[in-house]
Amino acid sequence: MRKSLVFGVLVVALSAIPARAGGPRKEAQAQVQFGIDVAQKGLWKEALFRWEKAVELDPTYAAAFNDLAVAYEHEGVFDKARQAYTKALALEPNNISIKQNYDYFKELNDRASRRTTR
Amino acid sequence: MTVRAAGLLASLVASAALVSCSSTIEVSVETPIQPKIDTSGFERVLVAGFVAGGSDDVDGNLETVRLLRSQLRTKSNLKVVEADVIPLADMLADQARAGGAAPPTIDPRTLPRQIKDEKDLEVYDPLFSNAAYWKKIGQEFQGPLIVTGSVLFTPNSSSGFVQKDREVIDQYGRRTVEPQRTYMERKGFVLRPKLVFIDGRTGAVIDTEVFREAVLYNQGQEVPALSSYFELMDRVIPAFLGTLASQKIRGTRVLLK
Repeated sequence: MRKSLVFGVLVVALSAIPARAGGPRKEAQAQVQFGIDVAQKGLWKEALFRWEKAVELDPTYAAAFNDLAVAYEHEGVFDKARQAYTKALALEPNNISIKQNYDYFKELNDRASRRTTR
Repeated sequence: MTVRAAGLLASLVASAALVSCSSTIEVSVETPIQPKIDTSGFERVLVAGFVAGGSDDVDGNLETVRLLRSQLRTKSNLKVVEADVIPLADMLADQARAGGAAPPTIDPRTLPRQIKDEKDLEVYDPLFSNAAYWKKIGQEFQGPLIVTGSVLFTPNSSSGFVQKDREVIDQYGRRTVEPQRTYMERKGFVLRPKLVFIDGRTGAVIDTEVFREAVLYNQGQEVPALSSYFELMDRVIPAFLGTLASQKIRGTRVLLK
């Protein structure tokens, strides 16, 4: 009884750890991590390059698309940012962080396009 | 056995939490917003003058020109032309009296004696599309980007129920805040600037931006008209600058691993 309880809790605990698939995902993760490191140092162009590479390596990696969208936003490339956010949300529709980023982006994009002739 | 298992579980849960916490990184981003108008072909900007009306307490033409020029001086790369402010409405009225017709599209007989509302201002609209007139102005100042338009600043009042928070202290000395609806007569102003951007080389209108901002003050709150004008213009200025100069909007985003 106790053993099954311990096993159950273990399964729950392990499921909280993100799955680490091998191959392309690992390589993409390395690119994403490098991108984050350089973005934190303000090197957004390099980060953009890394995250573009990451989504090429693993087109199912939602986090990479999210980060790529943030980089596009930072560069003012709104069309591409929207595409990347849409892709990230399609891959992980319930990811709160992606949703939040996308909401902020939409607000900003609306503000930019609101400056139209009234 | 149970203690060991619990310890193992605790450490696993903790490490899982650590992994999930460290997989998001908040970063600050500065998103550039491109100006609506491509100003690359201009070196100078001339805030020429405005057809102004409404309250007599504020010279809408002079104040708007002064304010926009000072903003452009510090927040745009264009060189601001320091020229006399063109009193557009007076100029047209004088021409009408003299029988002249500088902007041929305006019938001098239709010019109002005093500009009180938007309908009065509409009479002046053909002035802004008079390319020959603006081209001539542009030639005087080496083909700058011309900013002109109209400004209507009118008093406004409104009455109705207003919800205010009221602090209540009960018999035990505890404070609570209760919403209270009270009937109020409030006065304020409405500002309707219409900003017209003209290519001084051709006299053609590049863009037109129309805004409407209003403010109401509670009874007993005496706010001078000029202060109110600046308060309302403060709300318009970011959009005005966004039309001419790129802006950077600061914010935060979450990066994921």
